[in-house]
Amino acid sequence: MTNVLVCVKRVPDPTGEVVLTADGLRVDGRFAGYTTSAHEEAAVALAVQVAEPSGGTVTVLSVGSEDSLEQVRAGIAVGATDGVLVEADADLLGPADVAEAVAQAVGARADAGTTYDLVLLGNDAADTGDFQVGVRLAYLLDRPVVAGVQTVAVEGDVATLHAEGPEGTEVYEVALPAVATVLEGGVAPKYPSVMGRMRAKKAEVERMTWSGTPGGSGREALSVPEAPPSQVTVLGEGPTAAPALVAVLRELKVVHA
Amino acid sequence: MSVVVLVEVEEGRASLVSRETLAFARSLGAGDLHAVVVGAAPEAVLADCREAGVAVLHEASDPALERYAAAAWAAVVEAAGRAARADLVVAPGTGRGNEVLAHVAARRGLRMAANVVAVESLSPLVVQRQVVGGAALERATVPSRVRLLSMAGHAVDPTPADTPGEARVQPLAVALDAKDLRAQVVRVERRERGDSSGLAAAKVVVGAGRGAGGPDGFAAVDALAQRLGGAVGVSRVVTSLGWRPHHEQVGQTGSRIAPDLYLACGISGSIQHWAGCASSRTIIAVNTDADAPMVTKADYAVIGDMHEVLPAVLEELG
Repeated sequence: MTNVLVCVKRVPDPTGEVVLTADGLRVDGRFAGYTTSAHEEAAVALAVQVAEPSGGTVTVLSVGSEDSLEQVRAGIAVGATDGVLVEADADLLGPADVAEAVAQAVGARADAGTTYDLVLLGNDAADTGDFQVGVRLAYLLDRPVVAGVQTVAVEGDVATLHAEGPEGTEVYEVALPAVATVLEGGVAPKYPSVMGRMRAKKAEVERMTWSGTPGGSGREALSVPEAPPSQVTVLGEGPTAAPALVAVLRELKVVHA
Repeated sequence: MSVVVLVEVEEGRASLVSRETLAFARSLGAGDLHAVVVGAAPEAVLADCREAGVAVLHEASDPALERYAAAAWAAVVEAAGRAARADLVVAPGTGRGNEVLAHVAARRGLRMAANVVAVESLSPLVVQRQVVGGAALERATVPSRVRLLSMAGHAVDPTPADTPGEARVQPLAVALDAKDLRAQVVRVERRERGDSSGLAAAKVVVGAGRGAGGPDGFAAVDALAQRLGGAVGVSRVVTSLGWRPHHEQVGQTGSRIAPDLYLACGISGSIQHWAGCASSRTIIAVNTDADAPMVTKADYAVIGDMHEVLPAVLEELG
C-alpha cells in the first residue's frame, strides 16, 4: 500500500496575459483566472497512478488562501482521496517557508497516524519558478529526492523514477519514503468525471496553520517587459514564397551544400 | 571575494549555458572567477574555461561521482565554494543546475534565486529574475551571506574574456556521505542521435505546433530539420496530444532554445511557447494566421499552410 502526498499551488493561469496588481507586487489573476501548475497536474496524475493499484491513498495539499481549496478539490476530482489546506498568504512566503509549512503538515499527519511513502511536488511553480521547494522539503524530512521526474513506479519499498537527462532518460531506484518533483510529459493529464466533481465537492479537506515565521521571497517588485513593435517581414503567401524563404536561409548561412 | 560557477559538460566541452553562465559571472566583477566540474575536465572544457577568464578550475574525480546524484554534486559545489572562499555561487539555469543549487541551498540554509537575468547590485545583492515563465521579471534581494544564483538560459552571450584565464586545475577532495548517494542514477536509457537530443544547444530548430494536424503531419518538418542539420521542436499542445515526445517540447515547461534560426511552423506563439524560443537569433514563422503572435513577433513570415509551404521549401533546397 503506497500513500502519496501531492503538493499543488494555486497560480494565475500562465496562458493568459500577465496583469499586475496596482502595487506591482503580485500577478493579478482575476482576468486570466487561476489554475494548478502543469507540472503539479502531472504530479496528481502520477500519484493516483501509483497509489490506486496498491490500495493506497492520495492526499492533495496546498499552502495558500481559502481560494486554494479550488485546486485541492480539483485534485480530489481526478482521483485523490482527501485534501489539506495549510492556510497562509502564499505571496508572503518564500520557497523555504513553503517547504517548512509542508514538512510541518507531514509531521502533523504522521502524528495523527497517516504517513506518506512518497511526496510529489511540481518541479517548479508556474508563477514563481523557484525550483527548490521539493529539495528543501526532502532535507527537512530527511528523505532522498529526485527532481524532474516524469514517471514513477513503486514495488515494495523502492520507487523507480525516470527523468530526462542530458544524454537520455535517467533511471533512479530510490528507497521509500522519498520525495520527487515532477515535470509534465510522462503521464497523460487526468480530467474530472461528473462523479469525481461530485465527490470533490463533498470531500473532507483538513485545515492547518503553519506556526513558522516567514522569511519571505525577497521580492521587491514585478514588471512586465513591454513587447517591442512588430518588425516582421512577410516573404509571401503559400508555396510561392518558398524561393524567398530559402534565400533567407542561405543568407543566414544555415544551408549546407 | 570570488565567484564559483558550476560547469556542465556536454559532448566533451562546457555546455552552451555553462559558457553563458561563465560570461555572466565574469561580468559581475565580483573578484576571481572559479569554475567547478564534476569528473575529469576534458581539454576542450579547459580551453572554454581559459577563454572565459577562469582563474582556477576545481575538479572532483571521485569514482562515486560517475553516475549523477544531485546531493553528491552539491557536496562538490560546496567544497569548491570553500576552496575558493566564494561568496557567490552561480549555476546554469538548467534542470541539473537548478537541482544542484537547490541542494546546496537546503544543505547550507541559504537563499537561492533561480533564473536570474541581471544583477542590479552586489552589496546588497539585488537581482532581476524571470517569473511566470519569462513573461514577467521580479526584482528581488538575496540576503544570504553566500549567495546562490542560477542564470536563465540564453540571457547573455557566451563572450570570451578580454584576458584569458589560467584555468589552473585544482583537484577537489570531497567527503561524500552515504546520504549523498541515496538518489543516484542507476542507468541511462540513451536517446538515439537525430531525435532532437541537444535541442537546447541546436543552431537550427524547425518547430511545429497544432498546425501539423496530427502525428503524421511531421514528415516535412523532420526532413527540413535533417536537411538543415538541426533539431525538431514542438509546442506544448503537440506533446499534450501525444503526437511527439516531451523532450522535443519548447517552452516554459519544455526546453529553452537559442538557435541561430527558429523556423516555427503552425505554431500560434502562446506566452508559454515564447518563453522557450525568445532567445532565437532569427525567427521565421509559417502560419495561416497573419495575426498569430508567432507571426507578429517573428523576423520573417510566410502566410500559408505548413503542409504546402514546407514541401516547396524542400524542393527549392534540392
